[in-house]
Amino acid sequence: MDSLIAIWEGVPDGLQTVIVILLKIVAILLPLILAVAYTTFAERKVIGYMQVRCGPNRVGPKGWLQPIADVVKLMFKEIITPTESSKAVFFIAPILALAPALVVWSVVPFFEGGVLANVNAGLLFVLAITSLDVFGIILAGWASNSKYAILSSMRIGAQMVAYEIAMGFALVGVLMAAGSLNLSDIVHAQSGGIQNWFMWPLFGLLVVYFISGVAETNRAPFDVAEGESEIVAGFHVEYSGMAFALFFLAEYASMLLISVLTTLLFLGGWLSPFESFESLLAIPVIGTFFDSGFHWLIFKSLIFLFLYLWFRATFPRYRYDQIMRLGWKILIPVTLIWIFGEGIAIGLGWEPWK
Amino acid sequence: MISSIKHFIKTFTLFELLQGLSVTGKYFFAKKITVQYPEQKTPISPRFRGHHALRRYPNGEERCIACKLCEAVCPALAIDIELEERADGTRRTTKYDIDMFKCIYCGFCEEACPVDAIVETQIFEYHFEERGEHIMTKEKLLAFGDKHEMDIAKHRTEDAPYR
Repeated sequence: MDSLIAIWEGVPDGLQTVIVILLKIVAILLPLILAVAYTTFAERKVIGYMQVRCGPNRVGPKGWLQPIADVVKLMFKEIITPTESSKAVFFIAPILALAPALVVWSVVPFFEGGVLANVNAGLLFVLAITSLDVFGIILAGWASNSKYAILSSMRIGAQMVAYEIAMGFALVGVLMAAGSLNLSDIVHAQSGGIQNWFMWPLFGLLVVYFISGVAETNRAPFDVAEGESEIVAGFHVEYSGMAFALFFLAEYASMLLISVLTTLLFLGGWLSPFESFESLLAIPVIGTFFDSGFHWLIFKSLIFLFLYLWFRATFPRYRYDQIMRLGWKILIPVTLIWIFGEGIAIGLGWEPWK
Repeated sequence: MISSIKHFIKTFTLFELLQGLSVTGKYFFAKKITVQYPEQKTPISPRFRGHHALRRYPNGEERCIACKLCEAVCPALAIDIELEERADGTRRTTKYDIDMFKCIYCGFCEEACPVDAIVETQIFEYHFEERGEHIMTKEKLLAFGDKHEMDIAKHRTEDAPYR
């Protein structure tokens, strides 16, 4: 142990910070990728249960090793490149899709002080990086040189533009209430118990944000980009093996991200709903459970993750023009009116979230 | 006017979407109806048409008299029969081949047979490991029939009132 500390102190300062940051990145990404793997398992189980089936239950006890088996299968699959495809872009595209989905996690606070980079314009950073997701997908569609793929990327491009705006406006409402773009500060602004969370005064924005989040991640019922029944699998028809797995990973990582962000922005992140009950927090062991912490972030995010799966099991796919109508003619006006009302309330000095 | 306001409220409260969610939410907790196949099995009808078998009379003589009705009725042309006359003057097959890849398991051969020689059993879990194994020869079919004669006879009697 002493020798380890001696070695550590021998490392130059600059290198030390780099190593610490790299370790933090690993500490965030490894659980994230594991969570993605088990989200796919949860999805198959939940949808199965809603269709009165059992879902996967053969690999390992109760099917718990299913995602591992899936990963191993994907790793050993051949990556096929279409003859007429643009080779370089074809292989860069999945990386371009995955990288932003992982980068965003750098500004997400998991608990008090538990954030890789406490950026002041965190919310802006999240918006900017999540919009980059679409580049990978559009390039993938174009590089595959396939009708279905290009159709899908055209659809996804238009859909992203439409819902990005509604999403942005919903976030404007949050930052008006919190008075900060820093995600940790936004959570702090909601402290003081369940009644102080932004979900009450900004309920409409919560709904709009989550709906556009579902659209943004191309999940059912907004999955025209994949649309198995019409354009096979959309932008990733031509991908196989690990190249396909990267798209898969990106999709589920952004699903998790939207769930966590919704929690941070509207449900008080890692804050406990029982914060104001001093006597409850004073109980020795149970008190730590009821106190704010990482576990509350996980609980609340799981609710939204479950909603994702529930939606997929319930709703049929929207038609393309219906998606555009919902985005441009309903969600954007709703957010605008809500922000307008919020602005008037702030102007009059009536701030229910304070 | 009133109906349009009603419609407006209904869409903005997401009423119908929540209704849909409640349906799937209810089934989430419903009892699952999946049959865990290799461990559990669904009941099989005595009329089930699976692997073929050739039967014998209780005295050990094979039933088939090489009338070729099954060969004639077979819509997939899966049956191939050759025959001879034995020393005692009876007609018997020298070759009775069923190509299991051609067979569509329609059960016409069983219906056509005047002596109940060719039958289809309840056995459907079988496989071939080498090329050529899918041709069921007379010997294989008779052996299969001998092995499962108890079940075959039982299922014929169970189904007899409905024939």
